[in-house]
Amino acid sequence: MYAQLVKSEGSKTREEMTPQEIAFQERIDRGERIEPKEWMPEGYRKTLIRQMGQHAHSEIVGQLPEGNWITRAPTLDRKAILLAKVQDEAGHGLYLYSAAETLGISRDELLEQLHNGKMKYSSIFNYPTLTWADIGAVGWLVDGAAIMNQVPLQRTSYGPYARAMVRICKEESFHQRQGYDIMMKMASGTAEQKAMAQDALNRFWYPALMMFGPSDKDSVHSAQSMAWKIKINTNDELRQKFVDQTVPQAKYLGLTVPDENLKWNEEKGGHDFSEPDWNEFFAVIAGNGPCNEERLGARVKAWDDGAWFRDGLMAHAEKAATRRHAAE
Amino acid sequence: MSKNEWPLWEIFIRGQHGLNHRHVGSLHAPDAEMAICNARDVYTRRNEGVSIWVVRSNDITASSPSEKGPLFEPANSKVYRHPTFFDIPEEVGHM
Ligand SMILES: [Fe+2]
Ligand SMILES: [Fe+2]
Ligand SMILES: [Fe+2]
Repeated sequence: MYAQLVKSEGSKTREEMTPQEIAFQERIDRGERIEPKEWMPEGYRKTLIRQMGQHAHSEIVGQLPEGNWITRAPTLDRKAILLAKVQDEAGHGLYLYSAAETLGISRDELLEQLHNGKMKYSSIFNYPTLTWADIGAVGWLVDGAAIMNQVPLQRTSYGPYARAMVRICKEESFHQRQGYDIMMKMASGTAEQKAMAQDALNRFWYPALMMFGPSDKDSVHSAQSMAWKIKINTNDELRQKFVDQTVPQAKYLGLTVPDENLKWNEEKGGHDFSEPDWNEFFAVIAGNGPCNEERLGARVKAWDDGAWFRDGLMAHAEKAATRRHAAE
Repeated sequence: MSKNEWPLWEIFIRGQHGLNHRHVGSLHAPDAEMAICNARDVYTRRNEGVSIWVVRSNDITASSPSEKGPLFEPANSKVYRHPTFFDIPEEVGHM
């Protein structure tokens, strides 16, 4: 999802585990929270850094497709709301970076790995936002999918991560609702506006389904992460839940989900639906989506252009500290 | 990576008048003043606070997990510190 294809380290059978590793696993099985200074297997620490880092990067890069429309929002109200939404995403990124830092990596190191391509962010943010309706679709579908993944993560085993998720989840509901509100307005507007809403749904539907990551049968890293409770549900479980939740919402809007195979399956108590094109997914992850270059380029430029500012404030702070010491 | 990474600050917020400041998380800032400004934006976007404390993370000394036993176990056996340890007859009334 915001963390897709997170490679997990370890995967040991009980026989291969040391007594310390067994005691650790038992703490997790009892539902205890692991806190920063406590002993943890190296694989747990590394996998979490990867997952939380990718999650944080997604929040930060995720500001770009929406930021694209702040100056062109159709009304002052919509502009203020979108600005607040995008600012929340910056906050989410910061909560997650500082939670990740408790594992012994610095934020600058995480950013460096984003910038040099060693770490990923969610595939969804490599799609363009072409019209105002896309901003509706992003809030409704992308934040909707994010919520689906983040709500269970409030119970994740690593304390700082779980607490960051609690803060984030409190704020996400506003994001999804403002998106749906845009969609309602567009879908009940002129024929042209409704067509824009439909077009946004058409373009974002499958990329939103991809957010949950590959199908369980191809998802090699899930078992260890689930044993460690840094992943709570499987990709397919969450995807199914998302589809079942979203289909009635699309119906209310009078829009059509772009899937001929979509139908209610009484027996399983859920919808049958088409899988997204996984080749496209892997291409986007590998850097070949429509906006990968633009997104990463914008992040690197912001970082480089901001260097004089970060250094300047630091120099000022050091100077002021020296002056204070001298006066004491 | 810049050698000049902004230091980390721990942020404490008083949610309402009459309550204690509570740890809410951390953030990077060049100095205390900026840490307060950033904390305003990062941790109080929805009226979560009426007052902010910031402390350099490096200045915090924490007990270590291995001290958990020696530090906290002695209190376990002292149940008489709780009022419910004592049975007071009903006739005595509220106490
Ligand atoms: Fe977010
Ligand atoms: Fe988000
Ligand atoms: Fe969001």
